[in-house]
Amino acid sequence: MKIVVCIKQVPDTTNIKVDPETGTLKRETAGTVMNPFDMYAIEEALRIKEKLGGTVTVVTMGPPMAKEILKVAIGMGADEAVLLCDRLLAGSDTWATSYALAKTAEKLGCDIMLFGKQAVDGDTAQVGPSAAQYLKMPSLTWVKKIREISDKEIVVERMMEDGIDVVKSSLPVALTVVKEINEPRLESLKGKMRAKKYEPQVLTLADINGDEKMVGVKNSPTRVAKSWSATREAGKAELIEGDAGARAENLFGKLKTLGFIK
Amino acid sequence: MAELNKSEFNGVWIFAEQRRGKMHNVAFELLGKGRELADQLKVSLSAVLLGNGVTGMAQDLIAAGADKVYLVDDPKLDHFNDELYANVLADIASQYKPEIILTGATAVGRAFFPRVSILLNAGLTADCTAFELDMAERNLFQIRPAFGGSLMAKIMTPERRPQMSTARYKVFKALVKDPSRKGEIIKPQIKADSLQARSQFVEFIEEVETTINIAEADIIVSGGRGIGGGENFKLVRELAQALGGAVGASRAAVDSGWIPYSHQVGQTGKTVSPKLYIACGISGSVQHLAGMQSSDIIVAINKDPEAPIFGVAKYGIVGDLNEILPALTERIKKG
Repeated sequence: MKIVVCIKQVPDTTNIKVDPETGTLKRETAGTVMNPFDMYAIEEALRIKEKLGGTVTVVTMGPPMAKEILKVAIGMGADEAVLLCDRLLAGSDTWATSYALAKTAEKLGCDIMLFGKQAVDGDTAQVGPSAAQYLKMPSLTWVKKIREISDKEIVVERMMEDGIDVVKSSLPVALTVVKEINEPRLESLKGKMRAKKYEPQVLTLADINGDEKMVGVKNSPTRVAKSWSATREAGKAELIEGDAGARAENLFGKLKTLGFIK
Repeated sequence: MAELNKSEFNGVWIFAEQRRGKMHNVAFELLGKGRELADQLKVSLSAVLLGNGVTGMAQDLIAAGADKVYLVDDPKLDHFNDELYANVLADIASQYKPEIILTGATAVGRAFFPRVSILLNAGLTADCTAFELDMAERNLFQIRPAFGGSLMAKIMTPERRPQMSTARYKVFKALVKDPSRKGEIIKPQIKADSLQARSQFVEFIEEVETTINIAEADIIVSGGRGIGGGENFKLVRELAQALGGAVGASRAAVDSGWIPYSHQVGQTGKTVSPKLYIACGISGSVQHLAGMQSSDIIVAINKDPEAPIFGVAKYGIVGDLNEILPALTERIKKG
């Protein structure tokens, strides 16, 4: 079983600041982390391997510093790690990124492709299903449980808004996973030792037989026309004063006027 | 890639999502916004309706603003299937060439629209909260939050058609339905290949929740770290119950094990836009605000006057939850 997990290095959004002048991110002050959802994808890949055998390869597209998150994945127990790194890829949107990841998976060969449900920087959740479409694979998003899995077939539970869809698919298949699926393991001591010495394989666009007209900022369909800071100024709420009883009475009155109290 | 003749593409489409014969309300909201865009562009507004036994739902879409409904009523489309929905929508769009296609940023929309965008060689923008038009170039500006809501971005797709977006639920306003409104129902020819899939539906499990689904709720009372403990969460539940609302939570409360993840509001939980959101003991991290700041009325109750939640709230109470919540619940019960 060849399992490929696509992961992403993201700015630490718990720590992100926007430059109010330019409306762009102050990336340099934020620090970077592995996209939190990707931990669950790695964990699930390791569990599939433990059950059915095979290899887990983690892939990320990004600058050389993205090796940091590949090492974390190795520390958790992934067998191999690949950094897809090429200037031609810079500025790719989801359409272009999913093409590059699909070409990488094709090059590596894969029976199951795993993704976190979305990356917390862009929040699009588009790369998993898009990559699957490039590879003409089924995509099963929002997977909260793998019920059954064999070399040929998989049955999963998907978290929809109104309940759970149970869906069966042949392999190869792409999955995006939600947090409910498992509890990611920490890096083991042995894993950390291996990660320390491990050098990820670095691939370029040419290495994955990628078409340069399909990638990069120039060939990405979507353009950012403008961006601006969305943080609102603090302290504009109308404050309700008094003791607890008076405040409850006052707020009750407001809620009643607004029609929230029947 | 060959130069695209943009003038071949016209018309605004929305995908009308239904599950088990029930139309998702976001479809009506998008018809409301779509009507505005179509009128401005002087083109027709169409809805695409896929399913099994759904023909009877088409008139409702016309009543809500659609000029045309592209209908594929087929037993193979009985349940949502990513491959089939994507293939069929892409098939119809390649035949009729709309300039804009929108769908709800729901579990369904966000699962299959990416596939459609690849099939159509088009771009896709996720989870938009506003749309504007550049009439000169007929470009759609797709406005969305990013980086956990700390940044807003205006996205465009200048060189590709159709322009595709998923749009946030409960942000756009549906029109008042006019049952006498007339429209055209079109049953497009679908290629046999488009109805082939390797994945298949097995069963649906309804979530047995005694609480109201927070994504659907009109009123949400949410608790955060400031609640102080799992037992204290009953203060939040009681207030929610008195108001007939749902219980939400911040990530801190969920991570502390006080309440299950299905209640989590925010970037890594659910995005909600209720009519009333009462945040109790929630400081208002960027991630939490991203999930609730489009609520109509926000009330914040917190002991820290500097908490960012007061920045998005209409009404604020700086004080002790243990006193205020029971007093408010009692007052509401008294009526």
